[in-house]
Amino acid sequence: MQPVKVVSTRLSLGDILGGWGVRWNIRRGRYRVEPGLYAVGAPTADSPVLVTANYKLTFDKLRSGLTGVDAWILVLDTRGVNVWCAAGKGTFGTRELERRLLATRLDQVVSHRRLVLPQLGATGVSAPQIFKDTGWRVVFGPVRARDIPAFLGAGMRKDASMRRVRFNLLDRMTVAPVELVQAWPFLLGAAAASLLLALPFGTGYGTRLLRFSVSLIGAVLAGTLAAPALLPVVPFRAFSLKGAVIGAAWGVVASVAFRASVAGSLAFVLVGASVAAFLGMSFTGATTFTCQAGAELEVRRGTLPMIVSLALGVVLLSAWRVLGI
Amino acid sequence: MRMTYIRNGGTLALDPVKCNGCGRCVEVCPHAVLEMADRKARISDRGACMECGACANNCETGAIKVTAGVGCAAAVIQGVIKGTGPQCGCGGSSEPSCCC
Repeated sequence: MQPVKVVSTRLSLGDILGGWGVRWNIRRGRYRVEPGLYAVGAPTADSPVLVTANYKLTFDKLRSGLTGVDAWILVLDTRGVNVWCAAGKGTFGTRELERRLLATRLDQVVSHRRLVLPQLGATGVSAPQIFKDTGWRVVFGPVRARDIPAFLGAGMRKDASMRRVRFNLLDRMTVAPVELVQAWPFLLGAAAASLLLALPFGTGYGTRLLRFSVSLIGAVLAGTLAAPALLPVVPFRAFSLKGAVIGAAWGVVASVAFRASVAGSLAFVLVGASVAAFLGMSFTGATTFTCQAGAELEVRRGTLPMIVSLALGVVLLSAWRVLGI
Repeated sequence: MRMTYIRNGGTLALDPVKCNGCGRCVEVCPHAVLEMADRKARISDRGACMECGACANNCETGAIKVTAGVGCAAAVIQGVIKGTGPQCGCGGSSEPSCCC
């Protein structure tokens, strides 16, 4: 039997910094804990078993929500991916759970045969199948780790609010920085375009550079930060259209602020709309309520208009600078 | 706040004859799409369904069917490029490239 590691319910500075880092995409793919059996508090043979993923951010969220609880934690090997995404991929799944039950010899550690799984693991783990194969009963606990003490205190019962996935402003802005970091090619492109558009060198180059940078980088921020923030209040349900609305609005603001010509204004609107549409559409993957059929529809219908709009915008920007129209 | 997306819940189907009323689907649904009525599950908010597949995966009588997938444009694009169908890039051997 593998030794059981006792872990604290208090996060260290390193845990907090590490968690902050992965929110900015730093070491995100390698932020893992060893799969296996852990303990919080002083669990006995009667204590509950909580099952989770081996993404360290997930593991830390779980244990930090368990202050005052004595429990076993069974960590599955999800290759460093969170519960919900891993469940969708099947790594937080029936087979891995069954493997891990055997590997840790959990039946010799506890006297009961009940496992508490995070509700979002239900996409990958089939409770009826687990029972049929192993005799272990699966109880799907709350969505959020912080509700676990209340859930356990109520005899493993959850109310409707513990079942619901929310995606409020704070949730959205917590996941948005990864989108910004992953949009680095767009930031690089905006910077390079600004350096070129501000030419020729000499009088006013610095001012022009600043104006183009603000306008174009602003379009990237419109798609990566403003679109997630304003998600519920912007019209349309397709994320690309939401992004396009915000990006176009930013284009108008930039045009007015920098007194762009008619061609220049049109260019800012087209570039802003197309860039923010694409980046807004990319945010579908970070959300809690999008389905695949919808994402496919957006990609199928949206790609060509985005490319055409961006190309037209670039042509107009060039014409504005070179021909002075 | 209830947020919905395009084409939500399009493939979700429930056969009330097969349903044994265990309530598991209601327990696992993250968006309260299903509810119990007269000891049977019922679809009460199809438009909120993201087709995650948790209900069907845990239905012991096979009364619920849904085509589960990833609601991720990046995964869809990656699938088109590689010709494999939508594929989430995270958790593979290489650097993760999307949501999770």
